[in-house]
Amino acid sequence: MRLDPHLSQGLVKTLLWTLTGFTLLILIFIIADIAVKGLPQVTPAFLSQNSTDMGRAGGIFPTIVATAYITLLAILLASPLGVGTAIYLTEYTREGWATRIIRFGSECLAGVPSIILGLFGFVLFVLKLGFGWSVLSGSLTLAIMVLPIIIRTSEEAIKAVPQDYRTACYSLGMSQWQTVTRIVLPSALPGITTGIMLSIGRSLGETAVLLFTAGAALRTPVSVFDSGRTMAVHFYILAREGISMPNAYGTAAVLVISILLINIVAYTLMQRMMKRYG
Amino acid sequence: MHREKFIERVLLLLALSSVGSLALITIFIFLEGFPLILSVGLKDFILSSHWAPTKGHFGILAMIISSVLVTLGAMIIGVPLGLSCAIVLAEFSPKRLKMVLKPTLELLAGIPSVVYGFLGVIWLVPLIRNYLGGPGLSLLAGSIILGIMILPTVISISIDALTAVPDPYRDGSLALGATRWQTVSRVVLPAARSGIITAIILGMGRAIGETMAVIMVAGNALQIPTSILDPVRTLTSNIALELGYAAGRHREALFATGIVLFIIIMILNLSATLITRRR
Repeated sequence: MRLDPHLSQGLVKTLLWTLTGFTLLILIFIIADIAVKGLPQVTPAFLSQNSTDMGRAGGIFPTIVATAYITLLAILLASPLGVGTAIYLTEYTREGWATRIIRFGSECLAGVPSIILGLFGFVLFVLKLGFGWSVLSGSLTLAIMVLPIIIRTSEEAIKAVPQDYRTACYSLGMSQWQTVTRIVLPSALPGITTGIMLSIGRSLGETAVLLFTAGAALRTPVSVFDSGRTMAVHFYILAREGISMPNAYGTAAVLVISILLINIVAYTLMQRMMKRYG
Repeated sequence: MHREKFIERVLLLLALSSVGSLALITIFIFLEGFPLILSVGLKDFILSSHWAPTKGHFGILAMIISSVLVTLGAMIIGVPLGLSCAIVLAEFSPKRLKMVLKPTLELLAGIPSVVYGFLGVIWLVPLIRNYLGGPGLSLLAGSIILGIMILPTVISISIDALTAVPDPYRDGSLALGATRWQTVSRVVLPAARSGIITAIILGMGRAIGETMAVIMVAGNALQIPTSILDPVRTLTSNIALELGYAAGRHREALFATGIVLFIIIMILNLSATLITRRR
């Protein structure tokens, strides 16, 4: 017996739409639960006070500082490497074995799970180089984690800059480096910024890497050799050890909202860039 | 001219940073873990499930099995949901809706894994405990949470694969009198096959490498599970749970566990790259 094609199409469509609706519901539920239970906890005091009693009371100020400190340092380390790689791949070399190896390395690096990066950062930075559990060890490891993101988005952004721009520069007698720095990079800036924003978003949510490289000291880090507990790690410890559910929800709300905002900005920048050159 | 050459050299050096990092990671993980595999013997390491690192027993079979099962479970849950979403968004939904839903779903890729794990503990684990029995913290809970976590990866790459199929394929099929679903199932999906397989493999890599969410919901008991309601400890959880206090041979054993995980993930990534390249 063969089902009428229109009937079977109707059945399949209903099933697919149901599953899609279900998926969206799950995702909406995640955001809603965090927002409803977490946002009431987020008061000015929660954001600006030190944590007391292992996070049971007080705010999350030290974890905000640690998060910003580690993330910014990681981005400062990774951006020149990532953008430099992208410039090399797009402007300075032809497709060949060198580009293939570099792209392959970057793709593989993107697939390395964070626990492996954590192990690596722990043995190299914390133990071998003697940086200990510190902002520095955490940032160095995070920088490696976000490097592929910056390379990929910068490469796409630079490739999107129309070839005419470059031809015009050369016909004016500009050197390749002048062309890159004065014309190509400024035009690709929104795309490059997108990559950096996405990297910040990814760093904010990272836990496995930082638990083993930056440690979990609940103090405001000052020197790069101080240990620092980021918001994500703080949230993990609060939740896993059942220290305080309201504070866990509050921390999660701050974390998720920051990440979503950053990703939205990144996405908007990307759209704008696509519209201009797409 | 001289200056340009110098700049090119510097850029090449920067460009080697990713390959260099990958090499460093591989070297250090192997240097730390490989001696233990040699001294214990590969067979006893991966084919024994006796893990008592302080007493000199280093068998990780139970964790390998748990990792594989949790990942398979995640695939069973995540792939149908993710593919449905991708097909609906790429083929059946009005363009306006797609413009809103695709970025929304991609933004959700940014939600940290600890948040998924936390919500799993709060909502999912009690549901499993009350309605299905067992401790709640289980293989099933781990699979469901991972299945949800891989959705953005699977959806986003599958949509790209479906959209890359040229419209004339669809027009040709529709012009022959096929329904939209016949077109999708017999023309578009086969044409997008390699992209969809890549999406599934990358989702798999994400699931098997995930740590924090699994630690929170899977129960972490050292055993070969006999039911989906049993608590399990994956390769990743084992590393994260014990690294904090491990020393000596115990720590080497955790790096050796890392080697096994690393090899599995690299095989998955390589096959994804090869499949994409063949197109």
